[in-house]
Amino acid sequence: MRSFKKMVEDFGWPRIIIFLFLVALFIGAPFVHVRMDSSLSDVINRFGQNAIFVLAMVPMIQSGCGLNFGLSIGVVAGLLGSTLSIEFGLTGLLGFFGAVLFSAPFAVLFGWAYGRLLNKVKGEEMTIAMYVGFAGVMFMCIMWLILPFTSPNMVWGYAGKGLRTTITVEGYWLKVLNDFLAVRIGKFFVFPTGEILFVALAAFLMSLFMRSKTGTALTAVGSNPDYARASGISVDKMRTVSVVLSTFLGAVGICVFEQSFGFIQLYTAPVNMPFAAVAAILIGGASVNKASMLNVVVGAFLFQGLLTMTPSVINAALQTDMSEVIRIMVSNGIILYALTRKTKVTK
Amino acid sequence: MSGGKSSKLGRFFSENAVVIIFLLITVLAIKPSGLSLTYIGQEMINRIGRDSFLVLALLLPIYAGMGLNFGMTLGAMSGQIGLIFAINANIRGVDGLVFAALAGTPISILMGYICGVVLNKAKGREMVTGYILAFFINGVYQFVVMYLMGVVIPIKNPAILLSRGYGIRNTLNLEGVRQSLDILLALKLGPFTLPLATFLVIAALCVFIVWFKKTKLGQDMRAVGHDMAVAEASGIPVDRTRVIVIIISTVLACYGQIIFLQNMGNFATYNAHDQTSFFAVAAILVGGASVKKATLPNVFIGVILLHVLFVVSPLAGQNLFGSAMIGEYFRQFIGYGVIALSLVLYAWRARKETERAREGLRGGAANGDIAVGGAK
Amino acid sequence: MGQESPLLSFEHVSKDFYGNVVLSDVSFDLHAGEILGLVGENGAGKTTLMSILFGMPAIAETGGYQGRIVIEGEEAHFASPFEALDAGVGMVHQEFSLIPGFTTTENILLNRESMKHTAVNEVFGDRMSILDRPDMRKRAETAIATLGVKLDPDMLVSEMPVGHKQFTEIAREITRKHTRILVLDEPTAVLTESEADVLLGALKKLAAKGIAIIFISHRLKEMLDVADRIVVLRDGRIVKEAPVQGTSVRDIATWMVGREMGGARERETETRAFGEEIFSAKGLWVDMPGETVRNVDLSVKKGEIFGIGGLAGQGKLGIPNGIMGLYAAGGDVRLGGKSVPLNAPKEALKMGMAFVSEDRRGVGLLLDEGLDWNIAFTAMQVHGRYLKKHLGGLIQLRDDKAMRQVTEEYIKTLDIKCTSPKQAAKELSGGNQQKICLAKAFAVQPDLLFVSEPTRGIDVGAKKLVLDTLLKCNRDLGMTIIMISSELEELRSVCDRIAIVDEGRIAGILPPTAERAEFGVLMSGAAEPTAQEATRA
Repeated sequence: MRSFKKMVEDFGWPRIIIFLFLVALFIGAPFVHVRMDSSLSDVINRFGQNAIFVLAMVPMIQSGCGLNFGLSIGVVAGLLGSTLSIEFGLTGLLGFFGAVLFSAPFAVLFGWAYGRLLNKVKGEEMTIAMYVGFAGVMFMCIMWLILPFTSPNMVWGYAGKGLRTTITVEGYWLKVLNDFLAVRIGKFFVFPTGEILFVALAAFLMSLFMRSKTGTALTAVGSNPDYARASGISVDKMRTVSVVLSTFLGAVGICVFEQSFGFIQLYTAPVNMPFAAVAAILIGGASVNKASMLNVVVGAFLFQGLLTMTPSVINAALQTDMSEVIRIMVSNGIILYALTRKTKVTK
Repeated sequence: MSGGKSSKLGRFFSENAVVIIFLLITVLAIKPSGLSLTYIGQEMINRIGRDSFLVLALLLPIYAGMGLNFGMTLGAMSGQIGLIFAINANIRGVDGLVFAALAGTPISILMGYICGVVLNKAKGREMVTGYILAFFINGVYQFVVMYLMGVVIPIKNPAILLSRGYGIRNTLNLEGVRQSLDILLALKLGPFTLPLATFLVIAALCVFIVWFKKTKLGQDMRAVGHDMAVAEASGIPVDRTRVIVIIISTVLACYGQIIFLQNMGNFATYNAHDQTSFFAVAAILVGGASVKKATLPNVFIGVILLHVLFVVSPLAGQNLFGSAMIGEYFRQFIGYGVIALSLVLYAWRARKETERAREGLRGGAANGDIAVGGAK
Repeated sequence: MGQESPLLSFEHVSKDFYGNVVLSDVSFDLHAGEILGLVGENGAGKTTLMSILFGMPAIAETGGYQGRIVIEGEEAHFASPFEALDAGVGMVHQEFSLIPGFTTTENILLNRESMKHTAVNEVFGDRMSILDRPDMRKRAETAIATLGVKLDPDMLVSEMPVGHKQFTEIAREITRKHTRILVLDEPTAVLTESEADVLLGALKKLAAKGIAIIFISHRLKEMLDVADRIVVLRDGRIVKEAPVQGTSVRDIATWMVGREMGGARERETETRAFGEEIFSAKGLWVDMPGETVRNVDLSVKKGEIFGIGGLAGQGKLGIPNGIMGLYAAGGDVRLGGKSVPLNAPKEALKMGMAFVSEDRRGVGLLLDEGLDWNIAFTAMQVHGRYLKKHLGGLIQLRDDKAMRQVTEEYIKTLDIKCTSPKQAAKELSGGNQQKICLAKAFAVQPDLLFVSEPTRGIDVGAKKLVLDTLLKCNRDLGMTIIMISSELEELRSVCDRIAIVDEGRIAGILPPTAERAEFGVLMSGAAEPTAQEATRA
């Protein structure tokens, strides 16, 4: 009984509340005429869509850099890659992997600069990450207007210059991962096998990295930077590695998101993405300087489950749209909870 | 410190980097915008009246070492609720504003208390916690205004409710109280119109702040801001002092938002407070303040500089690049960039200071003293 | 002093920390206007005694104390430092409790500022009074004058020289309305000679005004200068109480360290032959806060066990921390003739040195990770051990099996009490944690091992095992060991030579068979600082 109580304490009451709430929603769904199979399909789909973003949180948490509120920088790199892929007219799996490939150099460059910046401001990483992210997104807004893209799919019709706010990937690489080996059960349930496999591959590669010499050193830096330094590790170098990795995953994440969602969203869209990923990893049970693959999977699932089920069930039940309000309170509430814990969030 | 003249100049630049960069960009953007200096001047006068109070609300938390109070949004939301009640009761003119302020005060005190307690639990990361708390309370605000008003909270005036019968409308016309404070004592000075009453209110707040710093509470706040451990050891109730600071700041933000909205004339019920902290923080940083230090001149210089750029950039963007959107995005970029730059400079400088101070304490062989029996 | 009743009396004060006796039946008096010098080695009980007097929470949290403290005839039992301050007991600590951004005046009167009431007080309370700065300045100037020092009341503390900061602290204590007892803990540690003289003069002025002063210092010469009486603590007991008149430094040093104890650890009487010099340091300085090294020269022979001792804060701990790159350091350090780059932990490790830090929990362990991680990590990162190559050397992954194996080996040889190699390090007892730190250093297979405070906080049984293990590594593997410790007996039981550090410099090097009093003299800075390598045959 004691260890059960300890387990509950470690897991944290807010997470338990969220989990029970989600279970309640699932149970209540059929009573308000919301189909279970389409809900489950939705949840799995959104899970796959967002999981890589949550995975991107892991390296920086492990290395003690804290929660990556500046994930938008990685997203921006991914947007550059995606738009380039469309510009070159790449389709199908080539189009998707092309997007990832084109994003890579941008992600590494941005991540490296961002990492060096964070190293100089140890202790105030999170606020600075947020505003660097915002500033970066705004700067890219100007760029989207003046970069010389020509593809008629992306450019404003009558002006002929500057990219549209939303660009469709239909006809290029819409759902290329999702549809790969997809499993259809009945009219309402689709399992996006390809996407889930890709996520699983990414998680596997990440866990492999964490078991490497560098990954071990990175974890030590987050666990006790003085110990790591005494063992000859360059704390700054490990932190930079974690930031580059996180930024790259942000870029990959937005590509996965786009192929599933169907649209590339430019301009100010990236601004809100970090907060969702932060909330998700925290819900999944990540702590101040420890985040595991389990945290990623559980967190992404619970969070997206909440986001999917709450509007459909509660709106159907109360005949009113409370989803936004609940989403705001839940995601920010969990982040607030984590920030007010006694242990430090960054070292 | 060795290096003489070149490094002194370097220090001056790095300490005032933000103001200098901003000044440069602003001056460069005025001409291409095509706006007359008179127009810009009048806009400045308006903006000082409209925004200064909100920016002033940020001074005391900086003074007490709590950084930039992104939680001021809680005060803004309180003021908005006060305004809703005023419109509900159909009180017009300055009386409406006073009513809103009175109604908003207890709410903002409660909000300030909550914010202070939460920030005390997150010492060392007050700014990001305040930011997230603002989002969280925003959710609560949306819930209250959209679902409780007209149901649990009685609303008499049907004109402000949504068509479904409960919840406040998306936009509220403030024609009853619109500009009431500004017009109260309008003074025409050449081509300019000065909202004297508003200026007097702002001046009163400045006097209050100056007086407040002279009190024991002000001195305690200063001590807490410098070194919490030493303050605690000398018997100052650190946690309580910090909560009081935030309460004051939140109440001031409440009044400041009321002044802001009466000038705007229109009230986007669910969004009006979204950018409040962003503009106020950007303004005070542009004016030369830092996370640890802010003075009254920082407030006014900042409001003027920030808003000149904001007024000028869409048109400058249009004329220079053929797109007003570029100007829009540019001013957002500058706004966020300024905040990021200030935070980075502050954090980077703070580390350099500690390093320099430590180097000064080294003795013996570190300073070339090889012979035995040096400075002992 | 006169025959009037004592101002402060310690009566049969005893204290133990969970069975570990730190103070035993301490009784002495202090009269008004008297300066009492309190002397003792590390761990003699001085700090604990003062903590009891000053009402530090750590005392109550660990079971309180026995005996009584009597002030002016009434028993005093302080539950917090604030109560002690209210009763007129002031303490000046070694770390300054000042606000750098405030002026002298503001610091002296921190939280006791002069105030002028305003109308607002009625509604909002006392803290809305306006500060009466002219009056504050007057009070500060009075305090400064009482001390007889030159302090600028308007200067910012951050811009003051260290000595002035010390004076500001003292001025703050004496401006309290009824300070009658003042305790100073190593007040001259950070002062220059001239500043120390001014301080001692100020203390005499305070005593003349009737304030009783307890003065803790290891600088015995100063003690003789200023104190009226000396009280010597050793192992928690008072071993001597004497007037300063007619006492010499050597007397005090002898009382401090005591005579030869019967039944000291048996030493092998073999004369050991050592190889050539394996390690040397010239002009070493290390910037480690609290353990500053100013100018150290050392030479260690291959196969030796070289001991470094000295009182706390004198710099002995800074030596290994600086050489291993954990703190900023400079100087000429060589291993086996090759120059050792400083400020580079990786280089020091790669060259074949290893370090068991005195800061077990802070630097020595990954508390949240398993024992296998803790033991294998450094060897993995520096020498590439416990890694398995995959894909033809492209990827190197942790070899968890090998890590587990080596951990189990060390668990056996060092008798580490744990539930499994994967147990989190934070769950082990202090003694077992220390064994893990040793295992980590051994796993790197160094040629030269620095060990700092190897048996601190460990029970007697574990102590013996740790020291025996070190001896074994030295005798069987030929590992040169440099051992830093506050416990003189420990050093004397295993080391071949022992250097004593005082004020950041080597005061002298003695063989382990030298008399304890000799060591005491070196520790208290009483010896003439000409002997850098005074070896006695």
